[in-house]
Amino acid sequence: MTSQVSSPAEQAEGDDGDNRPTAGGDDRPVTPPAKEVRRLDRVIIRFAGDSGDGMQLTGDRFTSETASFGNDLSTLPNFPAEIRAPAGTLPGVSSFQLHFADHDILTPGDAPNVLVAMNPAALKANIADVPRGAEIIINTDEFTKRPMAKVGYETSPLEDGSLDGYSVHPVPLTTLTVEALKDFGLSRKDAGRSKNMFALGLLSWMYHRPTEGTEAFLRQKFAKKPDIAEANVAAFRAGWNFGETTEDFAVSYEVAPATTAFPPGTYRNISGNLALAYGLIAAGHQADLPLYLGSYPITPASDILHELSRHKNFGVRTFQAEDEIAAIGAALGAAFGGQLAVTTTSGPGVALKSETIGLAVSLELPLLIVAIQRGGPSTGLPTKTEQADLLQAMYGRNGEAPVPVVAPRTPADCFDAAIDAARIALTYRTPVFLLSDGYLANGSEPWRVPEVDELPDLRVQFATGPNHELADGTEVFWPYKRDPETLARPWAVPGTPGLEHRIGGIEKQDGTGNISYDPANHDFMVRTRQAKVDGIAVPDVEVDDPDGARTLVLGWGSTYGPITAAVRRLRGEGQPIAQAHLRHLNPFPRNLEEVLRRYDKVVVPEMNLGQLATLIRAKYLVDAISYNQVNGMPFKAEQLATALKEAIND
Amino acid sequence: MTETVTTSDHPHPLLSLVPRAEAKQTMKDFKSDQEVRWCPGCGDYAVLAAVQGFMPELGLAKENIVFVSGIGCSSRFPYYMNTYGMHSIHGRAPAIATGLASSRRDLSVWVVTGDGDALSIGGNHLIHALRRNVNLKILLFNNRIYGLTKGQYSPTSEVGKITKSTPMGSLDAPFNPVSLAIGAEASFVARTVDSDRKHLTEVLRQAADHPGTALVEIYQNCNIFNDGAFEVLKDKQQAEEAVIRLTHGEQIRFGAEGSKGVVRDPQTGDLKVVAVTEENQSQILVHDAHTTSPTTAFALSRLADPDTLHHTPIGVFRSVERPVYDTLMADQLDTAIERDGKGDLGALLAGKDTWTVVG
Repeated sequence: MTSQVSSPAEQAEGDDGDNRPTAGGDDRPVTPPAKEVRRLDRVIIRFAGDSGDGMQLTGDRFTSETASFGNDLSTLPNFPAEIRAPAGTLPGVSSFQLHFADHDILTPGDAPNVLVAMNPAALKANIADVPRGAEIIINTDEFTKRPMAKVGYETSPLEDGSLDGYSVHPVPLTTLTVEALKDFGLSRKDAGRSKNMFALGLLSWMYHRPTEGTEAFLRQKFAKKPDIAEANVAAFRAGWNFGETTEDFAVSYEVAPATTAFPPGTYRNISGNLALAYGLIAAGHQADLPLYLGSYPITPASDILHELSRHKNFGVRTFQAEDEIAAIGAALGAAFGGQLAVTTTSGPGVALKSETIGLAVSLELPLLIVAIQRGGPSTGLPTKTEQADLLQAMYGRNGEAPVPVVAPRTPADCFDAAIDAARIALTYRTPVFLLSDGYLANGSEPWRVPEVDELPDLRVQFATGPNHELADGTEVFWPYKRDPETLARPWAVPGTPGLEHRIGGIEKQDGTGNISYDPANHDFMVRTRQAKVDGIAVPDVEVDDPDGARTLVLGWGSTYGPITAAVRRLRGEGQPIAQAHLRHLNPFPRNLEEVLRRYDKVVVPEMNLGQLATLIRAKYLVDAISYNQVNGMPFKAEQLATALKEAIND
Repeated sequence: MTETVTTSDHPHPLLSLVPRAEAKQTMKDFKSDQEVRWCPGCGDYAVLAAVQGFMPELGLAKENIVFVSGIGCSSRFPYYMNTYGMHSIHGRAPAIATGLASSRRDLSVWVVTGDGDALSIGGNHLIHALRRNVNLKILLFNNRIYGLTKGQYSPTSEVGKITKSTPMGSLDAPFNPVSLAIGAEASFVARTVDSDRKHLTEVLRQAADHPGTALVEIYQNCNIFNDGAFEVLKDKQQAEEAVIRLTHGEQIRFGAEGSKGVVRDPQTGDLKVVAVTEENQSQILVHDAHTTSPTTAFALSRLADPDTLHHTPIGVFRSVERPVYDTLMADQLDTAIERDGKGDLGALLAGKDTWTVVG
């Protein structure tokens, strides 16, 4: 659906600083006149329930409505690795947090203003994040003895005073849903399944969300079961009407569209993995090369495989291999054949692919390795985020095997980062790491849809004829004769007459590419491969330093949102701080050393134990201060602000 | 890169996607300028000569032929072929070749591998290539030993093999590559011997003509670490009793003047070797490589004694047509375009739920 946002409204001073909804100045009642409407500049909502309660779907729908309404937004889905953990248990809790505002925001928010708790486990697992004063909507139907005992509630938190200070709305969501659907002839159990739509309807009323999109979505999703579709629509509407009529909900809220936060253009909401998949398709389009994906299912990367497999009409081939090694092997084979080749995976998969990445380094063929980082080591935390594979991407191979590394900073940025990674791979004939993470992959935000003619031209020239003249005047093709500027070797694809050649993982003689065990040649080739990667053109890192600060905060990847939010807070408090964020981790931007030397202190927050800090310290001898968190969750802005303040004043 | 599709006189439409050579080729055209560096006397020389000698017969443009190998002595093969080639990493050649063949149907893709490469470190890729039926020709050089690492036992070595890593004898039971391939749903499985140039060439010819994955096990002598492993099949006198030559449509007979034959045991359904008599002559099994069921081909693969190699069938065990992965993949792309139209990037990026911000 399309909505027009054409009248610029007064933008609230948003600094991500205050986690409580602030009542705005305009209290004009809209609908119905009996109920009060308050205006907020931003809200953080968290839906929490059992893995089977449909919380991710509920969150997705609320997000879609919010996006189409024109708010800026940021989301944080958080779910267990088990598909269905035992019902009603703490490990089985799934949640979806959404932050939306009338101004530009950077993170899914630190603490919810509203928690929807579908059962005791959801309340117990999330209450610590919810500040006093926040609203909590509780499905009282689930607060019976056994479900409460299961998570260790000896007395009901609804009655024992433990929720004092919160604005609690006890709502029998299941009963009300079943009642609303009594004419549908469904069992109580089946009718009760729609309680997430009832909750969505209620929240949609509370925040004046548009509803047409969700109704259309439900009818499409259950197109083959029209009864179920209508039952869900009915539950959704019942939730909305419940909010409007019941006295417990006396106030509803408006969050105006974020009109001035966005430059003019067409927008959509997009998750990191979707943006990344689109970036790959766009890269293939702009390179005029067919896209070939070799992949093995792994959380949290599988969605890219799913998405690309839906776009065969773009000439995209997706190959679900027997294992991670075959996945990258097939991609490398396709690269040899002249495709834009990609493999998608996560940390454990990268480990398995390492040897083939080394082969790609040696063969000097373009290849994208998309790694969606998750908690490690080993299986680790498959559904949680982490940045602990930077050093694996940098160094996780035998021999000197440099690989460029590109890292997106926000969900929407995954699109541009994918195109940039493809540019490097194609221009320099090298494997490239695209390092995203679980937070970017599943989180979403508004994205200005680019026009196709804005996208860079990535076309490459395959070798077509001899490139070298021997002493006797014979014209020959040398597969390892390099472009003097980029040091890239020619890409001669099978099917090209006269350029038949053999390449392999054994060290090659410079130029001819023939097997060579010559010590001096090996030394030369090792240095040349390194020089090629070191020489890759990457833009200078930009520094945001309006106040002439003495401390620089340096980040990479998905910490961009929380770091920027923390920086805004500090500056709001009159504390100067400079910020720089790296997209290119290998090679580093040319100006990075100069930037680092400009500041007394450099603080590097990372969701690992200091991997970028290690690289910075090793390469530039800068005494970088590492600030780390490895709990599977993104940084909170407030926590980062506090840490940065301490670093500044230390 | 768009697929070059030229018409060809090849009877199979799939294989006709590979362009034909414009001029007549000779064996010399397929020899690269690289010095061949196998040990003197290695069986690999014979296979290389047979392949180089047989390639011109295919009549394919040599720039559209690719040899992909893994690691091991035999995997040096691509360096000696004047075609496109990749000497990859240990065990992964079938995976790499799958990516190439499934994205470039105008290429004739050959995999060269060994018993360690294909059946040990790369076992997973081999079985999955076979079940997918990717258009690959896999030449599995089986010398029943690790040569390049200087003589450890391999997954095809006989039990009790004394090697550097098994001074008291190896403990694990060997794979029978033909049985394994048939079990992995292979559509074409054959076995031949390095020293029998004529038989080797004939098997290669049939493999090349096969649409889909063709697995050719080549018994190959390692004269350094496992010399004479297949002597019983090569020595003229012994071979008469040991080797069973399979020919489609003919009775399975061997021995002096075909004195022995293979019959089905009516009690067990299994195959057994019998002396051919007037009475049982009509019951001698007629080899049918094209039958859909793999049962008899599998039973044939079990005839050989893994220790003595007596009753070793050579030739094409199985050659059946079934859908080829690369074709199916290409068909899905065509279907998607027919159904949804050619991809429109602008429309894809915009999606269905957009909103507009006006300046």
